[in-house]
Amino acid sequence: MSDSNTIPNTSRRSFLKLAGIGGTAFYLGVFYSDDASANVINPDLPAASKIEMNAWIIIEESGKVTLVDHRAEMGQGSFHSVPQIIAEELEVDLKDINVIFAQGSKKYGGQITGGSSTIRGSYKNLLKLSATAREMLITAAAGIWAVPANECFAQSGAIIHKPSGKSLHYGQLAEKASKLPTPTDVKLKKRADYKLIGKGIRRIDTPLKTNGKAIFGLDKRIDGMLFAAVERNPRLRGKLVSFDAAETLKIPGVKKVFKIQMQVHSTLRDGVAVVADNSWAALQGKKALKVVWDDSGFEHLSSPEIAKRKLDLLQKEEGLIVKKEGDPSKIIAAATKKLDVVYETPYQSHYAMEPVNCIAHYQDTKIEIWGPLQAPDWMQQHISKTFSLPAESVIVNMTFLGGGFGRKAFTDYCHEAVVISKEIKKPVQIVWSREDDATQGPFRPGVSYRGEGVIENGEIAALKFRMAGQNIDHWMSDKRGKPNGSTTEGFLAPYFESIKNISFSDIPFETPIPVLWWRSVYASTNGFAYESFMDEMAHEAKADPLDFRRKYLKEPRVQILIDKMEEVSGWKSRKKNEGYGVAITECFDSTVGQIVKVSKKRTGGIKIDKVWAVMDCGWYVNPDIIEAQIEGSIIMGLGAAAFHEMTFTDGMADKKNFYEYNMPRIYDMPEMEVHIIDNDADAGGVGEPALPPFAPALTNAIFDLTGTRIRKLPFNMDEVS
Amino acid sequence: MVKLNVNSKSHDCDISNDMPLLWALRDILNLTGTKYGCGVAQCGACVVHLDGEAVRSCVTKVSRAEGKKITTIEGLSLNNDHPLQKAWQEIDVPQCGYCHSGQIMSAAVLLRENKNPTDEDIDNAMAGNICRCGTYPRVRKAIHIAADMQRKAENKS
Repeated sequence: MSDSNTIPNTSRRSFLKLAGIGGTAFYLGVFYSDDASANVINPDLPAASKIEMNAWIIIEESGKVTLVDHRAEMGQGSFHSVPQIIAEELEVDLKDINVIFAQGSKKYGGQITGGSSTIRGSYKNLLKLSATAREMLITAAAGIWAVPANECFAQSGAIIHKPSGKSLHYGQLAEKASKLPTPTDVKLKKRADYKLIGKGIRRIDTPLKTNGKAIFGLDKRIDGMLFAAVERNPRLRGKLVSFDAAETLKIPGVKKVFKIQMQVHSTLRDGVAVVADNSWAALQGKKALKVVWDDSGFEHLSSPEIAKRKLDLLQKEEGLIVKKEGDPSKIIAAATKKLDVVYETPYQSHYAMEPVNCIAHYQDTKIEIWGPLQAPDWMQQHISKTFSLPAESVIVNMTFLGGGFGRKAFTDYCHEAVVISKEIKKPVQIVWSREDDATQGPFRPGVSYRGEGVIENGEIAALKFRMAGQNIDHWMSDKRGKPNGSTTEGFLAPYFESIKNISFSDIPFETPIPVLWWRSVYASTNGFAYESFMDEMAHEAKADPLDFRRKYLKEPRVQILIDKMEEVSGWKSRKKNEGYGVAITECFDSTVGQIVKVSKKRTGGIKIDKVWAVMDCGWYVNPDIIEAQIEGSIIMGLGAAAFHEMTFTDGMADKKNFYEYNMPRIYDMPEMEVHIIDNDADAGGVGEPALPPFAPALTNAIFDLTGTRIRKLPFNMDEVS
Repeated sequence: MVKLNVNSKSHDCDISNDMPLLWALRDILNLTGTKYGCGVAQCGACVVHLDGEAVRSCVTKVSRAEGKKITTIEGLSLNNDHPLQKAWQEIDVPQCGYCHSGQIMSAAVLLRENKNPTDEDIDNAMAGNICRCGTYPRVRKAIHIAADMQRKAENKS
């Protein structure tokens, strides 16, 4: 059972044996030479760099090649894309290889699967280490045959001597190759010569996901393990006063009930753990608990009050300047006519289909963890530090993730499993109920914005944005007093070249609600405000909204993107107020433009007729996976724009399950047409950048059709008129 | 003791009558292909067949499943080659994949009942299956592909 995430049939146990001392598998060594993966979403942890590593390619004597996916697989495709890159330069066929997940380790130079960083952060290194391995295998073969290396080439897991036709497979060469000096200047293939990269090759994990064999965190089983559910404070912090487990202990299968406690950044999390021999008993036992909480010492806020405080701040405070050119405030103050509007976005829960869960096995000299983890290396560091064990004694194993969206990069649930395992001295799987997953946070912060602008002679004379929303960094570390570093995330950099008077500021705002990254992070809310306001400015300037953006986005790549958007959507041939809207955002090194077409339903309200999406992500691996990520981002963006929000009442999150937190269903999906720009730029992110432009493209389309400007999310499409 | 017939195999389970079938499959019989998503029949990740009909195993007590033929994703085909599984693989429907056991089990009932479903038929039949990754366009497309495969296979035989 535990072995079936290996493709196709080699068990993890046999891999470990093969990789061991005296075994028959060899790592091919190369140097991790650049630190491209440092630019990811947690600023608190040290950037891993200059680590000597050799851990992606394993070759057995038989010739079997196993490739390691060092990043989490949560749907975005790293389990396929990482091997697709390696196989290209290593010259192996994808159908012949095994793929396994890496364990948490510093040797991978950063494993956090966030900030859409897997490909853009790793590809140059992966190409180089794969080509290096190939060259070492060629050198080894040439040595055996006593022929010049340039007469030999690699193909399908073998080295072939061209003049004689002799060949040796990688398994016959790996030991010799691994003892050679590592070349430092291997030649990489030209993009035009790629056989795999750039092709929409079928995903290697798909068959595991059509017959129930893929092992997600919740599916992992360890000998002797128990199951635990935890009752936590519905107000997300506060002390446990007492609990009564009498009813819980009557439930068949319940073994033990006890208090647990852990520090989660500035939050002390108390809980009552119910350990049982199956998940159902643990979850029922949790429901039967009677718990008394001490909720003093922090505010119990409700959503209307939270919204009001942000709106007050936006009217009263200038905030901390993040970026400023010229003097927009002066122009705005002197203007006889100006735009001055506010946009509001909600808190959101992640609601991955697989609720948060983790297995831990605490032993005196070692802790082992299995789970759906977006950042196994962070988990290793965190657990090592918290439980005072050396990092190498904390073994962190990844499973497939049933969605992550940022939530599963956070260390709390893994920590919780270790705390419980330590108490019961057995392996244990903690199971968060859907309700726990939905209401316990951390949440995407709801951010409000004020946009002010002046149009003079059809030109932007001044543009000024202020944001007020919780800063994820403030909750996670002591960075109070500093502005949100993501204030301009989503906003296209070329605007700063062409708009002479422009400023962005962040007004610090705190609540007791824990907040965290959520797919595309601040771009998910910034994009709505900034691209809605750009539309309002275009309208004020009496300009075509796409031409208006084109005028200010002079960067050639963006010009090409805009041309493509115009071409594929038939933008120029549309009729006036026919219901077309546009938005363009940039995050994680990729730019995405979307055009949405809406119309009125006969029964009232609005329907989406079509979405055109154009992505410029530079160098890319698998266009079919990119297309899927764009489709998925649009649908997730649609959910956050028009279906759901997390609200709070008296300090507690309200929307406990899918009957309150509505999701787009199959009948809600719009027709989508996706285009990817081909160019030679460095790789950008893929998993997130298509989410931010959707909401503003939709609301801009609604304005075009109806004249109604939507400035607050979520809204109900059935109620738009 | 509860007797369950799952994928043509009989099991005696020492569990209480009111345990939902989902947890009996996952935690007692170790058939983890059937997923927990909501526990309240809202998301469809736990869909299995009971005498050929799609049910939400998270709200189906094992007592209701006794004496019936239970089919889970693991038992849908012997070699991962049901037309739906093949169609799912042909166009890479899954992203994270967590909901797709349930998606495929719901679609299997549709395809048995309706050999040539329209988009609207598919939307109606699949409305109870949530996918957070947003694979819906491909779910719909794959069901059409599978229906086509099924019709062709039947025409041959």
